Amino acid sequence: MRPILMKGHERPLTFLKYNRDGDLLFSCAKDHTPTVWFADNGERLGTYRGHNGAVWTCDVSRDSMRLITGSADQTVKLWNVQKGTQLYTFNFGSPARSVEFAIGDKLAVITTDPFMELTSAIHVKRIAGDSTEQTEESVLVIKGPQGRINRAVWGPLNRTIISAGEDAVIRIWDSETGKLLKESDKESGHKKTITSLTKAADGSHFLSGSLDKSAKLWDTRTLTLIKTYSTERPVNAVAMSPLLDHVVLGGGQDASAVTTTDHRAGKFEAKFYDKILQEEIGGVKGHFGPINALAFNPDGKRYGANKNSLLIYNLLMELDVVVCCVSNEPCRWKVEIYVLSCMFAATEFLFCSGLLIILTICVLQLNSFSSGGEDGYVRLHHFDPDYFNIKI
Amino acid sequence: MAAEVMLMNEIEATAAQMGIDMNIDFSSIQLPPGENCGIISDDDDVYHDDQLEFDSGFGNVIVVDNLPVVPREKFEKLEGVIRKIYSQIGVIKEDGLWMPVDPETKKTLGYCFIEYNTPQEAELAKEKTHGYKLDRAHIFAVNMFDDFDKYMKVPDEWAPPEIKPYTPGENLQKWLADEKARDQFVIRAGTDTEVLWNDARQSKTEPVYKRTYWTESFVQWSPMGTYLATVHRQGAAVWGGANTFNRLMRYAHPQVKLIDFSPGEKFLVTYSSHEPSNPRDANVRVVINVFDVRTGKMMRDFKGSADEFAVGGAGGVAGNSWPVFRWGGGKEDKYFAKLGKNMISVYETETFSLIDKKSLKVENVVDFSWSPTDPIIALFVPELGGGNQPARVSLVQMPGKEELRQKNLFSISDCKMYWQSNGDYLAVKADRYTKTKKSTYTGFELFRIKERDIPIEVLELDNKNDKIIAFAWEPKGHRFAVIHGDNPRPDVSFYSMRSTHNLGRVAKLTTLKGKQANALFWSPGGRFIVLAGLKGFNGQLEFFNVDELETMATAEHFMATDVEWDPTGRYVATSVTSVHEMENGFNIWSFNGKLLYRILKDHFFQFLWRPRPPSFLTPEKEEEIARNLKKYSKKYEAEDQDVSMLLSEQDREKRRMLKEEWEKWVSEWRRAQEEEKLERQKLRDGEASDEEEEYEAKEVEVEEVLDVSEEVLSFEE
Repeated sequence: MRPILMKGHERPLTFLKYNRDGDLLFSCAKDHTPTVWFADNGERLGTYRGHNGAVWTCDVSRDSMRLITGSADQTVKLWNVQKGTQLYTFNFGSPARSVEFAIGDKLAVITTDPFMELTSAIHVKRIAGDSTEQTEESVLVIKGPQGRINRAVWGPLNRTIISAGEDAVIRIWDSETGKLLKESDKESGHKKTITSLTKAADGSHFLSGSLDKSAKLWDTRTLTLIKTYSTERPVNAVAMSPLLDHVVLGGGQDASAVTTTDHRAGKFEAKFYDKILQEEIGGVKGHFGPINALAFNPDGKRYGANKNSLLIYNLLMELDVVVCCVSNEPCRWKVEIYVLSCMFAATEFLFCSGLLIILTICVLQLNSFSSGGEDGYVRLHHFDPDYFNIKI
Repeated sequence: MAAEVMLMNEIEATAAQMGIDMNIDFSSIQLPPGENCGIISDDDDVYHDDQLEFDSGFGNVIVVDNLPVVPREKFEKLEGVIRKIYSQIGVIKEDGLWMPVDPETKKTLGYCFIEYNTPQEAELAKEKTHGYKLDRAHIFAVNMFDDFDKYMKVPDEWAPPEIKPYTPGENLQKWLADEKARDQFVIRAGTDTEVLWNDARQSKTEPVYKRTYWTESFVQWSPMGTYLATVHRQGAAVWGGANTFNRLMRYAHPQVKLIDFSPGEKFLVTYSSHEPSNPRDANVRVVINVFDVRTGKMMRDFKGSADEFAVGGAGGVAGNSWPVFRWGGGKEDKYFAKLGKNMISVYETETFSLIDKKSLKVENVVDFSWSPTDPIIALFVPELGGGNQPARVSLVQMPGKEELRQKNLFSISDCKMYWQSNGDYLAVKADRYTKTKKSTYTGFELFRIKERDIPIEVLELDNKNDKIIAFAWEPKGHRFAVIHGDNPRPDVSFYSMRSTHNLGRVAKLTTLKGKQANALFWSPGGRFIVLAGLKGFNGQLEFFNVDELETMATAEHFMATDVEWDPTGRYVATSVTSVHEMENGFNIWSFNGKLLYRILKDHFFQFLWRPRPPSFLTPEKEEEIARNLKKYSKKYEAEDQDVSMLLSEQDREKRRMLKEEWEKWVSEWRRAQEEEKLERQKLRDGEASDEEEEYEAKEVEVEEVLDVSEEVLSFEE
């Protein structure tokens, strides 16, 4: 399907985030206004005005009520998602690079850049249920890693914090005491700045992307290196499909080094890899600059359920060739059956000697991923049915 | 500017307050030599280079003997005389002249040491002043300081040389006996140089040998693939061996820049140019050495100014086209020749001297080339006297210097010669002025060397005004390809020297219109050609079968800069070298344009297939094999099948392993997830919904017998 080009930002994109339901997409850019979009049609829902600098990152609470954004204006702001109003502002002495709500949304981890005489730091703030009771003070401040910390996320049960940044080392900290628990191996780990880090839906493993032209998959609890995906360009952004065993890497030549006339030279494609086999399976072109942000619609996860397959199977018995589709509108399930029409479904039949074997039934619609680039555009890609039939 | 001035004023004011004298003459501050206050100079690399050279010995020091012995009073006068003589030749280092004095008599000892800036100057000084007559009694004897050691070591009594037991050398051709009949290639990326097997069956490479900093500038295979030559500051070296690469021989040549093997790889020509150390001396000095590859012995050296070695009299280093010496006479390495002013100097390798002790005099000759197989030189003399004397191309047989054939050409602007690889044909591309002399058009003069009287045929393109972009003979064949027309979509035409009706006439086979190509690469076996659009065309490739006149495949290797066929004509390598920043690496294709594999390497400099020596099979035998190819290929096809079976088996196995391993992780995660479920709920104030628990992906396989029918089939015997 044609991607939906979402024009709204005036400067390079920095971060993308879907809410849990997958109906909203939050985007951050170097212009000062984070924006929220409808995730299915790319319509702009609203903006959050108030920052006075590039917005590097955001996160949205589980109930999609509150948004937290980190900005180069040295503040981290809490917003009311629905109304777009500011609830609270944390002030720091240096730009905030990454934010994430903990499980339960009662804590947030924030990283700040080295600035003037300040070194980089990881802050843990308590987020009050009622924003009028919100306080400035940090529960914990961790200092130590050299250079910028590009990303810090919560480990399982909020017990650990995983950080990665310019020194190319992934560290796991105790979120209670701030003690360093584990460090990635210099040999097997990244060689250059780690630009992005994203967790799997269940938080059991995470993917890190680095300027050393590779992405690596790690176990969250033991920090064991599981997979390495090598590519041919620096990786700025990584994402994992919640549905299939696919990972997506985005990046490209550094924006300042783009001098070639042909956009292919810059490698601005989003590249799909098989998560298990570590092999490249495809690419999605489109951007005119490096890809800075990638996100998968988490909603796709729900369609993975095959409990409907029996129902569908019964229908198949009556019709010669039936292509089925389960479409979803938020909060409601609807089963639609299309006779002899291929719209969004992907089913595979095999007739052999009178036996009908249904190999796989993937019932999907509206599963999508989005990418944000240096060119200031967000591209929203809905998957074609073929995507779910990739065999390698 | 104003701000800066202000600043300076402030500084001065402050300085005055503090009683500091700001009027320091910075040029008067001299650091002790060798002291850099811990600041590394930007030029350090340069210095370092020089230092290395000096440290390697006293190559820049000469010893002048047979000087007059003078008392102390005359010391300075003598020193002045010597300095005057020797500073004419080169720059003597500060304190570079040392004349020792007898501590008792205070008289000089009759010799002195002079240290120059460079070994080249020292050598020149030795050459020029050895035997210099200061007066009747004092004839200078000049030696290199380094040589003294050598002379001192000569034993007084002659000892019979020790006879070393014969040790059989390694089989340098062993790579040809590879069981899988694979070919090797060398790549250079970053600081690593690597020799690899092209294992096309398995779509990968297999390492042979790898070395970091193997060479300082480039590597080069010898023409028959026996040696790999590396280039270093001190000289060149060749490597080879049965299973790995050992250094076989070194060839000392300081600051060697270029090397060239003779076609039969008996000799190695090395080249270096040296900037004059004396700025008044505008001539760049050039040193060319010819070595015997196997013994390492220097057979001949040529020294002179760059002008003497500049081809076509263009002058300067830029006008110097390599190789200066071109080898002729086929694989026997009998002759080599150099273009000079109004002459071609042809040397023969038995004595390393000019044939008949004199050069071949040809007024105004500007270009020449050897037949690849025979000792025949084709030379070109441009038009003279404003067209009164026509340009000509002539063929000269060596060593007799007889003119075999000559052709006068009129109103020629430029001319290029292309030999067919067997020396059967010579194509001369002649650019002619149109009548108005405002533009040029191109025609070809085709010489049939092997036929009686060497008939010449003139070929003009259908559209005379087409520009010629590329020309290439089919190796060992009788066809050639031409890219002509205008960018961006020129045409490609194929011609055959044998038309169907008349063996003695050239005929056009076909013209392909509007191809994105600017370079032609024939398969070494002929028949197939790659039409490549390099540089401006982004690496378009078309694999074309000239026998059938059909395109086998079109492909693209984005940004490709180089295309090279393997020596057997089975595979093609296309590479993107570091002229581009991105995409560096190479692709290996089959002859019919199927991409086999692709390897990316940053800072990719070189890709070279290891050449193979010519086959020992007679043409008849080769033809017989070609005729019965089916019979021979059966065995290999079976092998191919086995390998691909094995590969897919291995692949399956690998995937199964990976999947299993992954499953293990997933179940581990699921277990941990389950364990932490309650705690997670607590963190979420009791909210239970973890979607990953609510829905579980299950693969359901349903199998049902729809219909069972029985049919009676009759069997036929």
